[in-house]
Amino acid sequence: MDTVTTGATQEEPRFDPRGLVELDARVPRVAEIDGDRAVFDARELTTRGINLELRRLLYEEGVREVTVQNPRARHSIGVGLLTRAKINFEGSLGYFAMGMMDGPEVHIAGRVGWSACENMMSGVTVIESNAGSLTGAAMRGGDLVIKGKVGARTGIDQKGGTIIVMGSAGSMTGFMMQRGRQIICGDVGPGLGDSMYDGVIYVGGKVKSLGIDCVPGEWTDEDTELIERKFRIYGLGTPPQLQKYVCGKKLYNYDTLEPSERKLVL
Amino acid sequence: MCGIAGIIYRGGDGGHRIGRDMTAMLQSMKHRGPDSTGYALYRAPTPELLLRVKLGDSGDAESFQFGEDIRRRRRELMSALTAAGASTKGVEDVNEYTISATLDYHGDLKHLADHIESVHGLEVLSLGHSLEIVKDLGDARKVSGEYRLENYFGSHGIGHVRMATESDVDIANAHPYWAYPFSDVAVVHNGQLTNYHTWRRRLEARGHRFASDCDSEIIAVYLADRMAGGESLEDAMHHSLEDLDGVFTYICVSEDALGVAKDELAAKPLVLYEGEDMVALASEEMAIRAVIDHEIETYDPYESTVMVWTR
Repeated sequence: MDTVTTGATQEEPRFDPRGLVELDARVPRVAEIDGDRAVFDARELTTRGINLELRRLLYEEGVREVTVQNPRARHSIGVGLLTRAKINFEGSLGYFAMGMMDGPEVHIAGRVGWSACENMMSGVTVIESNAGSLTGAAMRGGDLVIKGKVGARTGIDQKGGTIIVMGSAGSMTGFMMQRGRQIICGDVGPGLGDSMYDGVIYVGGKVKSLGIDCVPGEWTDEDTELIERKFRIYGLGTPPQLQKYVCGKKLYNYDTLEPSERKLVL
Repeated sequence: MCGIAGIIYRGGDGGHRIGRDMTAMLQSMKHRGPDSTGYALYRAPTPELLLRVKLGDSGDAESFQFGEDIRRRRRELMSALTAAGASTKGVEDVNEYTISATLDYHGDLKHLADHIESVHGLEVLSLGHSLEIVKDLGDARKVSGEYRLENYFGSHGIGHVRMATESDVDIANAHPYWAYPFSDVAVVHNGQLTNYHTWRRRLEARGHRFASDCDSEIIAVYLADRMAGGESLEDAMHHSLEDLDGVFTYICVSEDALGVAKDELAAKPLVLYEGEDMVALASEEMAIRAVIDHEIETYDPYESTVMVWTR
């Protein structure tokens, strides 16, 4: 009988009328471990099986580099991993990939679905191909690099960290962003930085339209330093010419009066 | 939350296992909608007309008179076909309440469909020279088994798994919707349409018929209305982005084309794979992986997108 000490439950649900819960909460124990490295094939594993195996390797076996083969775009892979380690996915992941992670250095060879690295706390994720919408939503720290293009609402509610997109981005990029940075090398869709509170968005391509209270910002030496450093770290070549966008801070205060207030003023 | 999927083979000759592929795609998205599953499948075009009719709904099956009603409606269907001027070449009772027929008929399709639906309780599921719509309660594996879709060969198809939010769980409210009375046009939709009632009143006033209370049916009827005015399917889809409010991604198919449209917020997901020999698209990448085993390049189309591929 396998036991897990990482908070994952071993109890099987008794009845699930809609058949949505995976009943096999056992750790698969299929990885080949070689020193502090491990490899496993996820083709036949369930989502829960993949996550339990990852947790076993990282927390119990003390493995520092894990390679996952054939993840086949499954959802919620690697969510809530809170340790420093290297994780390589040799394929695509589905929704919520690496959500809430704190520490790992992740490399995804394929594409990711919606909400990749949602609420990521720290660490690095590099995605070789495209990403869906809501990439880096509510992200708090770390670096998220997407070498392809991304969908809509990238970095919605972002609270820290850096998102780098080598391709283009969809509508409402940086919607309600609060802190942190986004570097979009390609074009962006309508409503860029709509209702952003703070933070910086750099855009290399065309901006279809700016969102409410998003305005061009003044370039400083710190901007150049940051961008060159990030491009150097991730081997992204020479950065393109970028335009900086920041919050206009017009929405910080009401500038229209209620009818009753207007009477008082007049 | 619903799941939609589509697959079209370029240069498709009708020899692809479209039934099995759609089932694999829809089954992998069961978590997006366990209420009902539907298919619009396209086989190689035939000179005869393919008709699928629903004689009763799953919700009526508990009624005392269900069996009797079905038998009576079946008889009345046959006389309605004759009255409309169609000669029946073959009839198959697919299950207790679904009839599939091949017809020799060269007149106006609306004339024929109206004649059939003049019989109380009948609904034309699909009509065309290659389209067949199959929909029922349960997941893809169940529906595929009941309707024997495993060995269905064709060139393209779309499918839908439904999580009912706006209307009842029954066959009438399940997708896909046939664009009554347009030969071989069908639609599946993921999302909610907020100006449904406005458009329903408007389209009913123009004489269009609605078979359900599902907001998604508007898309099929809207496209049919546009095409009746002489527009192409693609132009009609472009106009729909302006006219329909709400959040939506829908897939629309005709005898030789498959198209997709996304709203201006890109609020509903769609993952697209454009290969050399085929195009596959679905709400989630998992569904595409269910039919393509090797690593592929996929992406999310942007807001206000309309794309059409031909076979």
